This record gives sequence, structure tokens and C-alpha cells, in this order.
Amino acid sequence: MAKLIMSLDNAVIREVPLDKERVTIGRKAHNDIQVDNLAVSGEHAVVVTILNDSFLEDLGSTNGTLVNGNPVKKHILQTNDVIEVGKYKFKYVADPSAGKTSVADFEKTMVLRGPVPRPGPGGGAPIAGSFGDTQINATTTVTAPSHPPVNGGKPLEKMAAVQILTGPNAGKELELTKSLTTLGKPGVQVAVITRRPHGYFITHVEGGNFPVVNGKALDAQAHQLHDHDVIELAGVKMEFFLKNN
Amino acid sequence: MTTKLGTALEVVTATDPGMVRSHNEDSIAAEKEIGLMVLADGMGGYNAGEVASGIAVAMLTSEVREALGGQQVNAPDDESGMPQAMTLIRESAARANAAIYQTAKSQPQYAGMGTTLVAALFYDNQVAIGHIGDSRLYRLRGDNFEQVTRDHSLLQEQIDSGMISKEQARYSQNKNLVTRAVGIDPEVETEVHSYEVEAGDIYLLCSDGLSDMVVDEDIHATLSMLRSNLPLAAKQLVQMANDNGGRDNISVILVKVLGDYAVPSGWLAKFKAWFG
Repeated sequence: MAKLIMSLDNAVIREVPLDKERVTIGRKAHNDIQVDNLAVSGEHAVVVTILNDSFLEDLGSTNGTLVNGNPVKKHILQTNDVIEVGKYKFKYVADPSAGKTSVADFEKTMVLRGPVPRPGPGGGAPIAGSFGDTQINATTTVTAPSHPPVNGGKPLEKMAAVQILTGPNAGKELELTKSLTTLGKPGVQVAVITRRPHGYFITHVEGGNFPVVNGKALDAQAHQLHDHDVIELAGVKMEFFLKNN
Repeated sequence: MTTKLGTALEVVTATDPGMVRSHNEDSIAAEKEIGLMVLADGMGGYNAGEVASGIAVAMLTSEVREALGGQQVNAPDDESGMPQAMTLIRESAARANAAIYQTAKSQPQYAGMGTTLVAALFYDNQVAIGHIGDSRLYRLRGDNFEQVTRDHSLLQEQIDSGMISKEQARYSQNKNLVTRAVGIDPEVETEVHSYEVEAGDIYLLCSDGLSDMVVDEDIHATLSMLRSNLPLAAKQLVQMANDNGGRDNISVILVKVLGDYAVPSGWLAKFKAWFG
């Protein structure tokens, strides 16, 4: 079960399990988590839990609600997010075994049977959506890692660029910030430089001739680029180099 | 004999188990001559997913091929105005559903198996698209990249009802919960639409092994920049998904429309005239 770890001035007060669909936070006594502090509104915020997701929603409080220092209206919580209500901090910890029994089951498509769980007005028992019996249980239980947002080639720290050496654009520098950068003249000769976790690669895209790197023509395969490689494409020479070396 | 569709379409397919799974439960088929593309992502224990997606793709392909007699779709709309292509997809998907459902019931190791489905049938300068589940079809037209099918998933329902935004959905732990699948119920409804097609359009059918691992912007960039080299584009998409973790099987079908494939109007008009 997911939970909130409530603390004040770095001292942990208690742990609050998110055992129902709506867990309210506020100054008034009826709240699930009562916070006796003038900076906190009567009904300040609510954490709504649907299956494996928990959402934090600010209920129009006077002083607002922060998550990791940023004011939010509605936010889908990830493990270690820190919610701030007044002076109180709530660290969200997701259920480590939430529906996944092994790393291989992670990302497995499952069928949701029964009505789609929706947050009901006010409190109530969690709506149960059961899962179609579409998988066997794996033999080992591994904590599925918190699923970070997906981006192209993130682990690569080294930034790289290409500097044009000849032709009308000589001297211009093109930073290779995106996952893909195409170079050359469409319809004549085009190559693409892809940014991957373990380096930059150049691949021929179109044209009668393959790109030339350090004087040697490439084949159709991708070719890893190294610092100071000189590329020749559509009659123009350019140098590939790593930045912040 | 190459049909008009065979020359009007360029088709490339790729499927990969990814970096985590031991086998590939996606199934794909591309029948350029009749303009049919089918992709299915199976679910179930052991190898049941493979069986379910395999049945779906095989049935769609054989049913449609048989109905068309190896030609492109060329019948007029039926009395209700429904294009034959749409009816064909709907009916063959229904039969695939029945076949998978029955197989699952009769063999305990396949109990509960199911699959998603996305199919595209090109005809008369149009395309009929049917889908069930969260396998997708995207279209790149000029600079516009759009997800054409709307997922049948919990996440999509939450986005539709305003509960979460599309950006927040990327962080959701509830990914991959589909609300509709082939083979898990006695009957299932396929969502089918028909769209006009333009020369230069690029269509991408894919399983969530791609769309969950690669953000739309990167898929767009890949198709846009590599549109002159479709096999490289397909390879690049699979590679990006694997570089980002490859946590599921990855399948893609890319279709580029090179030109016109209208049914000869004289012929069609005569045919239509028979039906008053």
C-alpha cells in the first residue's frame, strides 16, 4: 500500500497509509490528516488513489500546496515526492509491489475487468477493478523501479556538436541536442546523427554516395563518431566534436 | 501481378522482443497487394499471448484476403452507407474474437488470453482503420503528426475525463491497463473509422512497446527526418525503444503513400448503378 510520511522540521511524526480512495488534509477535525496550523486551510488538499496511482489535488487552499518546492493544483505522485502543506511535509512512497510481481511483468498489458475506477464524491471504499487472469505469477519478487519519464538518450552526459569547415556555412556550429539530427541536402545526400546512451552514430539516409568519415566512405551501417572525426557530406566538410571535455 | 495498391504503397515492418522479455508476443502482417496491415499485441501466461495475437493476425488476413479475392477493396458502400472496408474489418475482428475466446475456453493453459488489435485497410484513396486496445495508429501528413486511434485504456479514460493531463500520464503506474481486448469476452466491439488519404502520408501502426518507450516528439522527428528511408526509420524506432529500456515487445508497420490508388471511377459508377 502507498503511504505518506508526515514530518515537521525534519522530525517524522507518523506514517499515513493511503488505504482509501480519498485521504484529506486540512485544519478542520473531519480531515483524515488533521494539521493544526494557521497556514493550513480548513480543507487544504486531498490525495486520491486509483489502483496504483495517487493524485494530489489542492482544494483551493489559501496558501497553496507544494510538491518538491513547486506549487501544484493537481499532480500525479511519484515515490519520494515531497508534499508541503503549511510547514508540514509529506513524503509519498508508492507501494513497492503495486501489481507487479517481477521486472519482466513490468509493462505487461493487462485487461481491466469491471467498471473503470473513478473517484467518487466524498469518501468511500476503494472501487475494486479486478484484473483479467492474464498472467502467471513469477517466482521471484523484485521491486519494480519507479518508472521515470521516458526521453531519448538521457544517460548520455556528453554534449556534442558539428562544426562546418567548408562552403558557405563555414564556421557555423550545430549542437547535437536532439535524438536525431539530419545533415546534408534532401534529394542529394542526407545522413543522420543519432544520439544514443553510449555515443553518437552517423548513418546514411539517402543519396547515391555514402558519407565519408576521416577520408573513408562508410557503408549502409551506422558508424560511431569519435571526437574530432571529419565528416564529408554533399560536398561539405564538417568536424564532429565533444563539448565540455 | 502488382495491383495498383502494390505500387502506390511502400511498406516496411519490424518486430523485436525488446530488452526484457524472453519472447515476442506481438504478431504483425503486411499484405501490400490488398492494402491490409495488421498488428496485435498478445497477453496471457506462458506463450498464450503469442497464440492469441497470432490467431488475430492470421484470421484478419485470411478473412479479408478471401473476401477480396486478392483484389483491393472495390465494392460500394452497403445500404447503410458503410464502406465495405470498414465492414470487412469489423466482421473479421469479430470472428477472430470468437476464435480466441473459444480456444481460451477449451485449453486451460490459454485461459484468459487476449490480444490488442490495430488494422488498416487501404482502398480507393482512403483507409479504414479498426482497433481494439492500446496498440496504435499514427499519421504523419506534412509536418502534422497525429495519433489517429484513441486507446481503449484506463489511462485514456482518465485523460478524457480530465483527471490527469497527457504529460502526467507518462508517470502513471496504471499504464498498460486496457479496457477492451480481443478474445476475453464472447463479443467485442471494434472501433472502426475511415479517412481520406493523401500522397506523401506516412502511417505508423505500433504496439505499446514503442509508444511507451519513445515519446511522440521523438517518433515524429524520426518519421519526419527519415521519411526518404523507411527501413531506416523502422530500425531507428525500434532502436530508440530499446535504448530507452525496451521493457516490452516492440512492433512497427510503416506505410508510405506514394501515389494514387483510386478505384477506376467508371467501373465503380457502373457497379453502384446496379444497386440503384
